[in-house]
Amino acid sequence: MKSIHARRRADRFFARMFSLAAGLSVLALLAIFGMLLINGLRLFKDISLSDFLFSSDWNPEAFGKPTYGVLSLLVSTLLVTFGALVIAVPLGIGTAAYLSEVAPARVRDTLKPIIEILAAIPSVTIGFIGIVLTGPFIARQFGLENGFNALNGSILLSIMALPTIITVAEEAIQAVPNSYKEAAYALGGNKFTTLMRITLPSAFSGIIAAIMLGVGRAIGETMTVLMATGNAAAMPHGFFDSVKTMTATIAIELGEVAYGTTHYYSLFAVGALLFIMSLFFNLLAETLAAKYRTKGQ
Amino acid sequence: MRFWPFICFALVSMLCACGGRPDHVANIKVKGSDSEVNLVLSIAEAFMDQDPQVSLAVTGGGSGLGIAALINGKTDIANSSREITPEEMALAQAQGIHPEAMVFATDALALAVHSSNPINELDLAQLSAIFRGKINNWKELGGKDMPISKYGRQSSSGTYVYFREKILGADFAEDVISMTGTAQLVESIKQDPSAIGYVSFGYVQPDKNGQTPGIKVLKIKAHKDSIGVSPTLLANVTSGRYPIVRPLFHYTNGHPQGKIKAFLQYELSQKGQTMAISEGFAPVPPAYFSQNQKMLGQ
Repeated sequence: MKSIHARRRADRFFARMFSLAAGLSVLALLAIFGMLLINGLRLFKDISLSDFLFSSDWNPEAFGKPTYGVLSLLVSTLLVTFGALVIAVPLGIGTAAYLSEVAPARVRDTLKPIIEILAAIPSVTIGFIGIVLTGPFIARQFGLENGFNALNGSILLSIMALPTIITVAEEAIQAVPNSYKEAAYALGGNKFTTLMRITLPSAFSGIIAAIMLGVGRAIGETMTVLMATGNAAAMPHGFFDSVKTMTATIAIELGEVAYGTTHYYSLFAVGALLFIMSLFFNLLAETLAAKYRTKGQ
Repeated sequence: MRFWPFICFALVSMLCACGGRPDHVANIKVKGSDSEVNLVLSIAEAFMDQDPQVSLAVTGGGSGLGIAALINGKTDIANSSREITPEEMALAQAQGIHPEAMVFATDALALAVHSSNPINELDLAQLSAIFRGKINNWKELGGKDMPISKYGRQSSSGTYVYFREKILGADFAEDVISMTGTAQLVESIKQDPSAIGYVSFGYVQPDKNGQTPGIKVLKIKAHKDSIGVSPTLLANVTSGRYPIVRPLFHYTNGHPQGKIKAFLQYELSQKGQTMAISEGFAPVPPAYFSQNQKMLGQ
């Protein structure tokens, strides 16, 4: 048996180690944001903020005058993400409701791990599926020349956002107190009415948090959209147009760009904008999740 | 301490893993052009077979990536299907890198369409108009009534830059679908009946039966009234009758020495040049002989 002093020393040591680890991740976050911001802001020595935000011409390596308008990339990212949500939200919430309210325990215990495995599929594999499977399928179904378009990206991203949405939404639905449901049953509500009118509305903020986390997942995804959406930089007019998202732009162009050029800083500016967007959605999710936690107790 | 044996074992096995390759093997990194990567890889494999003291790692990513890697000191040889730009040269000098160029083969740039497309030949002005977005339907070229899906490469590709400078002389249309690799581009054309794309001929080289499955390689006319020339005949490429032919470059930092030099010499040897031809490329034209000699310090 060690002395009480030695044990206390060990205790203090580990407490310090863990707070250091926690501090490091906060520091890393600040450092990344700082670096993006410092490099990104240098773009505005050459380009005005409104040219960056409100022009839709992105061609930094142009034959003629280079242009750095992020608007079409931003619209592309939002379009693909929105499409992914339209598919993933009903599917995800439906699955979550089924898992927590309808499915027998055995089905739930089998399905949940399978859904979580979905999150473990590497994004490059999903992109590959987009090229050989969903792309040609979309082209055939809609009579298009090819399947390199926003719809393809949306379908693939919805697959990737589903596990996040299902897991978080299911937790939110589980957290609804049984007394609520019992009260509904006592008033003569059947299972479906109780689910739609009592359980889901009570879990509303948690479900919104699930959706926002799904947005965060979809908005930052790179490899899949890079492979499946065709990367044409034109402003998209709909889901059948090829799109080049902000993430794909950074991934494709950062490899060749010369350090310290306007193009280099412009990619950091795109990265900073993306960071702010995904930070916004994550904060929103956190705020809403915190709200539902206090309500659930 | 019962963990010590395990830790010792782990350390020893790590040392063994590191020491598995003798120190005197020269590791040479080759990076850049996707048009060149297959050819350089085959030549590198043949070179490594005859000289086990060398290990070459050949990767793609685009000419721009290769040159950027050379400037940042991350590769020994940069593959590029275009010449280094004055901006890149200045940037290299500023980093203390002195790029030296060598031409090791020439490449016909093929225009590929889906095998079901009735069009057989196009002239350079039509090509330019298609990729600038001035012609958008195959009907305008005497083909079927369907929109033209244009396939190209991302901007770090040397082929992208070459095609833009030499054929378009202007920016590409914004709706050109950009592919991050040549192989992916060829696969996409096979699946799209309305497709047209520019690729290194080595990627669409016909098989023994004279066919490229799923793909038709167009004949190209220099002018509206000239005769269409196909890149499938080597003589058309070496004679310059096929109008879109470009040299394939290697760049090194300063004049190459040792094993790097030996590899580059091997590429220019009879053996290397024969391999280039069998992969669908054409040999080094005589115009580049003296530049190559100078680069290799001979």
